Amino acid sequence: MTTAANLKNYNVVLRRFVLFLTFASCCILSGCSSSVTQIKGSNFAVTEKAGSSSEIDKFIKPYRDKIDADMNTVLAFAPQTIDKSGKLQTPIGNLFADMTLESARFLLSKRENKTVDFCLLNAGGVRSIIPKGNVTTRVAYEIMPFDNNLIVVELKGQQVQELLEYFASEKKPHPIAGIHFDIKDGKPENVFIGSVPFDNNRNYTVATSDYLYNGGDNMLFFKKAVAKYDLDYKLRNVLIDYFEKNDTIVPDASERVHLIN
Amino acid sequence: MKRRDFLQRSIAGSAALTLGGLSLESFTEAPKQLTILHTNDVHSYIDPFPMDHPKFPGKGGVARRAAIIEQIRAEQPNVLLFDAGDIFQGTPYFNYYGGELEMKLMSMMKYDLGTLGNHDFDNGVEGFYKQMPHADFGFVSANYDFSKTILKDLIPPYHIFKRHGIKIGVFGLGVAFEGLVDPKNYGQTVYIDPLGVAKEMVSELKTNQKCDFIICLSHLGYDYINEPAKISDIKLAAQTSGIDLIIGGHTHTFLEKPSIVKNLEGHDVVINQTGCYGVNLGRIDVFFEKGKKSVHGRSIIV
Repeated sequence: MTTAANLKNYNVVLRRFVLFLTFASCCILSGCSSSVTQIKGSNFAVTEKAGSSSEIDKFIKPYRDKIDADMNTVLAFAPQTIDKSGKLQTPIGNLFADMTLESARFLLSKRENKTVDFCLLNAGGVRSIIPKGNVTTRVAYEIMPFDNNLIVVELKGQQVQELLEYFASEKKPHPIAGIHFDIKDGKPENVFIGSVPFDNNRNYTVATSDYLYNGGDNMLFFKKAVAKYDLDYKLRNVLIDYFEKNDTIVPDASERVHLIN
Repeated sequence: MKRRDFLQRSIAGSAALTLGGLSLESFTEAPKQLTILHTNDVHSYIDPFPMDHPKFPGKGGVARRAAIIEQIRAEQPNVLLFDAGDIFQGTPYFNYYGGELEMKLMSMMKYDLGTLGNHDFDNGVEGFYKQMPHADFGFVSANYDFSKTILKDLIPPYHIFKRHGIKIGVFGLGVAFEGLVDPKNYGQTVYIDPLGVAKEMVSELKTNQKCDFIICLSHLGYDYINEPAKISDIKLAAQTSGIDLIIGGHTHTFLEKPSIVKNLEGHDVVINQTGCYGVNLGRIDVFFEKGKKSVHGRSIIV
């Protein structure tokens, strides 16, 4: 009995103590009374001076080794650097559009027995250049890191007109192939698709990427397509397969867009 | 016996808690320092750039960043490490492993929190979901409604950190999808106007949660000079009140030093962005002092 009574008293004291402590720590932890007196900010470069975490290095290595083995494979040779010079068209853009149109024509004729009239990609989708020298798998990944697919859409003449007006107002080097035109006063004119003048009353098949078809870069005309053929073929593989098939990579420099004023 | 065990545990627990608190609060008068480290738009750049790279020769690299962070952690007791989005996409590491390595390395560096950039949707909402188990840290987003997606309940609008009695509220904001993210990739995710959401967040974090410091992890972009109607970090800072710090991304803006913008109430908001590819690391040190709300304001050194 005595032990029980003592224990009871002890419990009361302890409970109060616990309560007090809990209350006190709540106040302290709530921190509602702290205020900012000073903020210091800076940005600094990450360089070799920082040293290197060997733990992280070790962790990355197996991932890197696997990729490097693939990426360093030489596929072709570029006698000159194929870069992004030019205002409305670039050597790399021409090359990319040409090979995309070629792949699309090949695949669509096999699968649907249809032809492809021309190609439009976006300037922002060409992420890098082809430096002079060996062309490796890595180069293809650098140019096209995104996993976008090649698709062909069938557009009415009206949407091709919207496409041309978009190009003329944007004035960006969006890669094109199979089409050439002038831009005068911000409007497209003298439009040829293949070697035939553009006809507003017929439909055209256009090779592009699923990214643009889905509204990327606000190329909204693609969404109005009357037919769409998903070729289930990554744009990066267009590059890789072209490099594998061709020993020497030289872009076609023919003028596709001519700015009159 | 059981009861006694419980009591002993409670006492031990409370005592430890309070002693910790007392030693900090009652016996230390020095201001408390919070060190915020941050990156944005790292885009799967894991290896340093080669020495002959035309733009970033010999810069970046996760192993180096880890070494720097480790060193700062050794010097500073209260470090928070954030990322403002676009962890994914840009090197074959992403194409090959889908972001797994990025998440694992960020976990090894002990990142505390991130938000989503447009490229974090590049393998779809499912692609992000698939990599979440590799992240030991959380993500916040207040203006993407994921409730109809597989990410439902996995990405809260904000997170509150408690460091030595200081409450730091961090909420996330993401960029509009239109023209930027393929609808098949964002799926049923709904983008909500960031400005209204930001005001709600400040009210929640400041009034209800009593945070001492409010940070926005933003992937809205720093500034759009040619698109005056487009929301940006600069506009977000100017058109709200209560945000103390915006850690930005998306526009790959290399700020030489953090920017200071006056908010609606005329108070200073600090905005910082580190460019991209892990080339730079951002650092913001915040000093707190206990006592009544400061009437003389704060000094900002950049």
